[in-house]
Formats: sequence, C-alpha cells, structure tokens
Amino acid sequence: MFIKELSKISGVSGDESRVRNYIKEKLSAWGIEYYTDSIGNLYAPCKGSGSEGRETDLMLSAHMDEVGLLVASIEKSGHLRFYTVGGVDRQALVSKPVTIGSNEVKGVIGAKAVHLQKEEERKKELKTENLYIDIGAGSKEEAEKSVKVGDYAAFLVEPSGEELITGKAMDNRAGCAALLEILRRDLPYSFTAVFTVQEEVGCRGGTVASYRLNPRAALVVETTGSFDTPEVEEKEYSTCLGKGPALTLMDGSVITHPRVLERLISVAEELGVPYQFRRYTGSFTEAGVTSFSREGVLSGVVSTPCRYIHSSTSMLRRSDWEHLVELLGGFIRSVHEKGVAD
Amino acid sequence: MFEIGTFLKEITETDGVSGFEGRVASRIEEAFSPLVDEKRVDNLGNLIFLKKGESKASSPPARVLFCAHMDEIGFLITKLEDEGFLRFTSLGGFDVRTLPGQEVTVYGTRPVKGIIGGKPPHLRRERDKKQGLKTENLFIDTGLSKEEVKEVIQVGSAVAIHRSYLPLLQNSAAGKALDDRAGVAVLLQCANELESVRHEADVYLVATVQEEVGVRGAVVATYGISPDVGVAVDVCHGDFPGALEHEVSKLNKGPAIVAGPNIHPGIGERLVRVAREYQLPYQHELSPGPTGTDARAMQVSLEGIPTGLVSVPLRYMHTSVELVSINDIRTAGRLLAYFARGINRSFVEELTCL
Repeated sequence: MFIKELSKISGVSGDESRVRNYIKEKLSAWGIEYYTDSIGNLYAPCKGSGSEGRETDLMLSAHMDEVGLLVASIEKSGHLRFYTVGGVDRQALVSKPVTIGSNEVKGVIGAKAVHLQKEEERKKELKTENLYIDIGAGSKEEAEKSVKVGDYAAFLVEPSGEELITGKAMDNRAGCAALLEILRRDLPYSFTAVFTVQEEVGCRGGTVASYRLNPRAALVVETTGSFDTPEVEEKEYSTCLGKGPALTLMDGSVITHPRVLERLISVAEELGVPYQFRRYTGSFTEAGVTSFSREGVLSGVVSTPCRYIHSSTSMLRRSDWEHLVELLGGFIRSVHEKGVAD
Repeated sequence: MFEIGTFLKEITETDGVSGFEGRVASRIEEAFSPLVDEKRVDNLGNLIFLKKGESKASSPPARVLFCAHMDEIGFLITKLEDEGFLRFTSLGGFDVRTLPGQEVTVYGTRPVKGIIGGKPPHLRRERDKKQGLKTENLFIDTGLSKEEVKEVIQVGSAVAIHRSYLPLLQNSAAGKALDDRAGVAVLLQCANELESVRHEADVYLVATVQEEVGVRGAVVATYGISPDVGVAVDVCHGDFPGALEHEVSKLNKGPAIVAGPNIHPGIGERLVRVAREYQLPYQHELSPGPTGTDARAMQVSLEGIPTGLVSVPLRYMHTSVELVSINDIRTAGRLLAYFARGINRSFVEELTCL
C-alpha cells in the first residue's frame, strides 16, 4: 500500500520527476524493467505468465502529476505570486503550507487578515491575485537565494489514516499505487503499466503514451470526485465513499467503449467486488486521448472515489481502493481468457 | 538555554481553544515551572507564575503583571448530521473562506481527525457566490459512521485547527495559534532573562484564558493579582503586499510598543525608553480605542491599572498559517525583563500623578 508514501511526494504537472523516481525505485527493487520517453512517462511492460501476446496490447495508465502552483514573480517584499497549474480548488488555497522547487523551500499561502477587510471584501471569493506565498524572506533578494520564478509549488500535507486515508494528491497517487500493486501480482495476460505526466493540464502524457504503445485496449486508472456530503443534493453526489470503485459511463472527453464497460461489470459481478457508476458527466480523463489515438482504442475508466479532490486534503476509503485493485486484476485475467475486442 | 522555536512548536501543536485550554496549559506549566518561585491556577484556568523581586524590607514590593493569552480560536460542535457529518460554530473570529479543506481535531471522548468541507466548486451557483461563504454551510467530515460519531462526539465538543509548526527563512515560522502563543513564548523568554536580571518588583507572568471570546481570563487574573503595573503581550498585524502602512508592523524589526487611550503614557514611554537604552529594535503601533487584547480588561480592573501593550508582528492573523519572526519574540522578552528591572514603589506612585 503505497498511497500515503506517494501522496507525500510533490509532483505538479510538468514536475513529476520525484514521483517517477519513487516508482522507478520500487520497480528496480522488484526486478521489473521500465523505460521512459521524452515527455516523462514511465512504462513498465509486464509479461503475462500465461500469454504469448505483446505487452503493448493492453495499456493500463495512471497519471503521476497533481494540481499545484507555479511561481510567477517575486515581489520586492519577498512574497511570491503564482499561477495555478491544473484545476486547483481555488477556495482551498488560502492559508495552506506549500513546498517550493527542488530545494523544497517551505512557505504558506497568505491573504489580507480578516480584521483588515471591509464587510464587502469578506463576501467575495478570494482570487489568485489576492493571494501570495510567504517563505519568510524579508526581501526579493533574500527570496531569490532560495527560490526562482518557474519553481513549482505543491501543497504540504502529512497523509494520515489507515481505513480512511487523508492527504494531498490522492488524485491520482491512488491510481499509481494501484498500478504498482498490480505489477507485483502474477497475472496471466501481458500489459504495459504507464505512469503518465501532465494529465491535469490536458492529458499530455497520455496522448503520446497511447500513440507509442498503439494498444488494442486502454484502461485508465483514476481518482474521481465524491460529493456525498451535506450541502450537496443526492443527485449530485457523483460517487460515494465506501461503495466500491467507480466505472465511468461517459465524461467530458470519452464515452466508455461498451465492450470495456460490459467486461468491467461482468468481472466485478463475478468477483463479487462492489462497484458504482460515476454519476457526473463533466471533466476529462486520459481515456479521452487514448480513445482517439491512431485509429481508435477501446478505452475505459475505473476510479477510486475521493472527497475534496483537487484541494489540499482529500479523503478516500482504503476498501474502495482495494476493490479497485481486485477489479483491475480480474479485468486482466478476463482479457487473457476471453480477449477484450471480441 | 531554551529554544524559542522548540517551545513554540510544542505549544502551537498542542490544542487549546477558548474555554478548553487544559492541554496547552499543562505544556506551558512544565516549561515555566523551573524558572519561577510560585505558581497557581485560578478558577477560570489562568496560569499564574511569580518571580519574586529582591524587595527592600521597608515596603511591600511593587507588583508587575505581564500576561499573554494561551487560548486559540476554534469551533464547537452544534449538530451531528445524518451520515455522521458535524455542523459547528466559531469560537473567535475566523475568515470563513480560509476554512474549506482545513484539517481539524474534534475533541470527543477521544481526539478525532476531520476535514472541513463545503459545497464543491463545480456545484456552486451564482447565488452561492453572491452570498459569500458562511459557517453554517460548512461541515466537518471525520469519515466515521453516524453510530461511531455518536459514540465519541457530542454537541458541545471542542474543535481545534490541525496544523504542524513550519520553520521558514530568516528565523521566522508559521503555524496556528501563534496568536497568542507567540506572546506566551515572550513571557518565557522574559522569565529566562529575569534569571540574570536583578529586579525589585514581584513579576507575575500569566498565561490567560478566553481572550478570543472577549478578554475574559484577564479580567479575573488582574483582579486576583492586583498589580501596580500591567503589560499585555499580544500580536499585531504584520506587513503584507498591498497593506496600508499604518495598519501593519514589519516582521523582524522588533516588537511594536503600543500607544493610544488604552495605554498609560507612563508605561508606553518607559517601554520605549528601555528599548532605546538597551538598543533593542522596536516599532510604534497606534491603537485608537480599547485594544482587542488583555490590555483592554486590565486598564479598568480594580481602581484602574496603568497598562501597557507590547505586540509581536504577525502575518495572516486568525488563520492556520500565522507567521512570526522568532527574533521579534526574543527581543520582546528582553524588553519586558529590562522594563521590570527598574520598577519600584516610587515609579508606581508617579503613575497616579497626572
């Protein structure tokens, strides 16, 4: 179970090297070969114990990157202004600790203190331009000794919990952890696990990975929002914690190929793994780009449900993730037995 | 030699919201005990330490009170919702917009971790945006089932913000509850200084309760001690981009010595004189009314107490990432100790001759 270790690592889109290195270390330790490409994807081909098929026939992908910040300028006072990278939950930015750049300089996101705001100001949503990162530097010169424009910044959160796991970047380190888990298992059918980059800024890594592998089918392993909380009407829950992995029917980028979806459902039913459908059709996943790759790839998405996604601290249930891993294993076995495109 | 950073880490990572200061109080007591001659806890929970002066037997020693509040802003549980979510109200003034995504600890029969949630961004309508975020639309998610929650948590359970202490550049640090645990650290620094500074007056060092809900601890602490002179130690707004110059003090430029109607001119001027004499960096802060600090209560206690206020500049007040300079805390502690050194009966008597 590597979710918590992976959650701790900073890896904003475009700056995934630390996550990649962690995964490489694990793969090396287990004697699993891997290779990388120019954009930063990490490929781990896995030869099935009972199959002659190509590893590239089946692609399982999970993105390594997380939403975060990019240092845009340094003010005279030493405060850092920033861009957001990916769809950060902006209301979760203020008053959070962050870690910046390769030196892992620490800072906090500040805003005008509530006491100094007029009544009207307090009602308005805080925008990125109202916020800044404070690293304690008293001046621009002092700040420049530790950070530079172009440094990435990620939330700094200590993951915790066993059954109920909280921490940052669960989207999609839970997916990465699931692929790692699958790679350790003895499965009959060959596949390539791809740890992709830059999903949160438009599925950049997944685009080139699916072109490169030219798979017959692609299964995207994701983490998806769960809004089963007060203040939300039940019809808007999308997914619920504790009800098993979520199968995507469609999102803003893909309609899950019926054969993939049917297979996932039948595997779940056979294994007795609980599952649910993602009841929200917005936003995008890597399946959008894999499905359009070359002449088209049969694509589907399975996700761990997660509350407070894209904020500083998200929350998922271990049992959902374990069931997701079971489902992935079962899916690979079923491809071995029945193929996927038939 | 005590490390302010180590002490601050310990007392800011220990919870103690207004009215529920017990946990942090015991840590503070441990740290002060070796340095003081007497200690007691009053009925409201104020921690009162005494460092005795070397009084000349002819008259009772002058009594100086230095206080800083040990409570922090937090929440109280108001309702257990179906599915186990918790509704809450504030103890003290938060910027509601800083709450979503914030980790908290709920003090039920055992401490339980939780996250503050609200309506997710993609479901917020124009109307929600216009109204602004309200505490009543937020909730705490512990992930526990309704049954588990009912067993552990009840209406009235206290809730504290969860945040690790974070050292930053230039000997500064960020964390929660630095308002006013930074002030408590100033008192500890002062107690350390007084080990080697001879003083005639009895010096009372008090960690007060319930400041954030209306300076309540200081009311009874001042009455109980009946000091001749009182100085509160609290925090003031630190500088930030776009701030009006007169509203903020700079970090790492020394504590701010406050002037205004709440402050006895004789105390304010003496603090400035002491800072100059010992070449301690300091700044001026003006407060046009009764300050929102323990000094407010002190001034009108008993027959009136000549009161001063020393502030540690602090950025992002009332958030979980309050940011202070350790240097300012150290300087403020020295300032108080040197201030106490010269206090005697005749100084006290002059304060009433206006």
